[in-house]
Amino acid sequence: MNSIESIIDAVYHEQRISEKAAEELYHHAPLLTLANLADHIRNKKHPDSVVTFVVDRNINYTNICISRCKFCAFCRPLAHEEAYIISKKVLDQKIQETIDLGGTQILLQGGLHPDLPFSFYLDLLTHIKKNFDIHIHGFSPPEIDHMATIAGISCLDTIKQLKNAGLDSIPGGGAEILLDQVRNHISPNKCDSKTWLSIMEIAHDIGLPTTATMMFGHIETPTQIVKHMIRIRKLQDKTNGFTAFIPWSFQPNNTHIHLRKATAWQYLRVLALSRIVLDNIPNIQASWVTQGDKIAQLALSFGANDLGSTMIEENVVAATGLNFLLSKDDMIRLIHTAGFKAAQRNCIYDILASFIMDEK
Amino acid sequence: MILSFKDKQLYEIKEKIETNTRLKSHDGIMLYNTHDLVGVGALADFVRRKRHGNKTYFVYNQHINYTNICKNRCLFCAFARDRNEKGAYIYSVDQVRDILIQNKNSHIKEIHMVGGIHPNAPFEYYLDLLKTIREIRPDVHIKAFTAVEIDHFSTISKLSLSETIQALKQSGLDMVPGGGSEVMSDRIHAELFPKKIHRTRWAEVMKAVHAEGLKSNATMLYGHIETVEERINHLIQLREIQDETNGFTAFIPLAFHSENTKLSYITPTSAYLDLKTTSIARLMLDNFDHIKAYWVMLGEKLAQIAQTFGADDLDGTIIEEKITHSAGAKSSKGLTRDQLDHMIRSAGFAPFERDALYQPVENKK
Repeated sequence: MNSIESIIDAVYHEQRISEKAAEELYHHAPLLTLANLADHIRNKKHPDSVVTFVVDRNINYTNICISRCKFCAFCRPLAHEEAYIISKKVLDQKIQETIDLGGTQILLQGGLHPDLPFSFYLDLLTHIKKNFDIHIHGFSPPEIDHMATIAGISCLDTIKQLKNAGLDSIPGGGAEILLDQVRNHISPNKCDSKTWLSIMEIAHDIGLPTTATMMFGHIETPTQIVKHMIRIRKLQDKTNGFTAFIPWSFQPNNTHIHLRKATAWQYLRVLALSRIVLDNIPNIQASWVTQGDKIAQLALSFGANDLGSTMIEENVVAATGLNFLLSKDDMIRLIHTAGFKAAQRNCIYDILASFIMDEK
Repeated sequence: MILSFKDKQLYEIKEKIETNTRLKSHDGIMLYNTHDLVGVGALADFVRRKRHGNKTYFVYNQHINYTNICKNRCLFCAFARDRNEKGAYIYSVDQVRDILIQNKNSHIKEIHMVGGIHPNAPFEYYLDLLKTIREIRPDVHIKAFTAVEIDHFSTISKLSLSETIQALKQSGLDMVPGGGSEVMSDRIHAELFPKKIHRTRWAEVMKAVHAEGLKSNATMLYGHIETVEERINHLIQLREIQDETNGFTAFIPLAFHSENTKLSYITPTSAYLDLKTTSIARLMLDNFDHIKAYWVMLGEKLAQIAQTFGADDLDGTIIEEKITHSAGAKSSKGLTRDQLDHMIRSAGFAPFERDALYQPVENKK
């Protein structure tokens, strides 16, 4: 057996692969071989052929951000005419609509506002929890790092206070590529990779589940994509706190990085590789927001077992001019026409409802 | 080929392919019914690479839809209009001349021209269209007029099929596109396109085209009311015609788009159906050279992926696509050579610029 064949064989026998082997797969394995391996692992982990999704809404409490990452089309400076901070009235309305549409969680994220005090965020959480029965998946590591700085307290204390105020889980955003040589370039003002990882570790330690993401398709190299996955895998070995991994591709329109978009081909390779490398993460999410419904559906045969959220509202990717829309019915149809069973889940992957396939 | 099939039934197909054994109807049906999409793709990829290596063909082309006035009014069509209906048009020969002159500087190698079944345009009009293209673009291939149009021309000209085709050929016709067969099933014909020629006539026209020494393509419109059996049956009918004439160059699966049609309740085709149809066509049509991934209907992203599910051709730049876009297609109306090149190269394939007859084009970028 040559080296690629022995790697394939190892994956097939559910052995962990090294960083070097992962890179070799990425460069040399045919796309359908990657798919075959990823699908094999996915079936071992999820033998029931269920594909899950969650009904939620992204609520962005502010678009004012001092981070000014080069890949972002959403943020605005403080004095900009489109700059906003959400009012409680609008917030309540959005949450009520989410609940009315069968939503079970909100994704609460925003820019790094220069002056809002830490109490603003705690107040958001307590206000929501007082008025609504809904899961709050909120505040990615860069936001938590920013709050800790503003409050002059440790990240641990910050997360504890957020948890006490009602935070249920933490989204894996802001990871981009977890290597400082990449971050220094595309997001120099955002927390470094060590901080991102340590915030996730603390969150897991005190019992908050989180997801992990990766934004690729900009200036990173395949080696760096693999290193990113290995860093996530290493932390997961220690904490087992990541519920899902979500790779998605950079959308260049309206940003300060002018590159061609990653192709569907590259997306599916990265997705399949993440299923193969991240042997300790149970769920891999397809990103229909960046890939569209057809490639997201196809992703279900390339390692993904979850279609993420219906996203009643989404603003960040939409700011790059992408406007895919997917209703709950569309989501179920995509899953069924791919031959899987569809189920609505909550944030921690408990099944809330299953949907019967419509035999025509 | 791939390591191991999730669906063990695929090993039988693998053996047949490796021994060049023709697949039967029940094999095709099983391939549609299996859940092992990647396995089906790998089988098709094996056949594709055996025929074409890692080459992906494309053509620098332009579409002209000379009229949308059509008396057939098929239920799946969003493009056709009645003569006095709003939006109805027919290009005069001079308008077509202008369109061609406007685009004179691009290095197109193929003009793809089809239109509705117009109730009273005379046969000379169609011959003049061809002559005009030939005059302005002496070096391009003219791929025009589906079997449905050719049948209509034969009626209005009162010429035999072969005389009609000869007249078209003398005026500049180089090749015939594959449209109009939809799904070759009497049930679907009666339900969706009763006024259009029947499958037996479609086959007759194609055989006459091939007999006159012209090549043609073949298509299948899928994703509406047809069953798996009807799809496979369609492919087998095409395969039989090809056994007889060897005149088909490429097969093009066409994904149905329902927006603005009388079938608008039908949901879009899934990526699974799109890729399976591509792969199964590659596997069933063992006597066809080329399987096309028509990006207008699949979308650019899925068309890129189709290259490893059996397709070896991405069609072309297609300046100004009208028919599928009237039915809500979200793809671009045209692609640049650079964009096509990137779709092919970034998937590890080698772009091969061709003319309508799949001959290489000297690249003078």
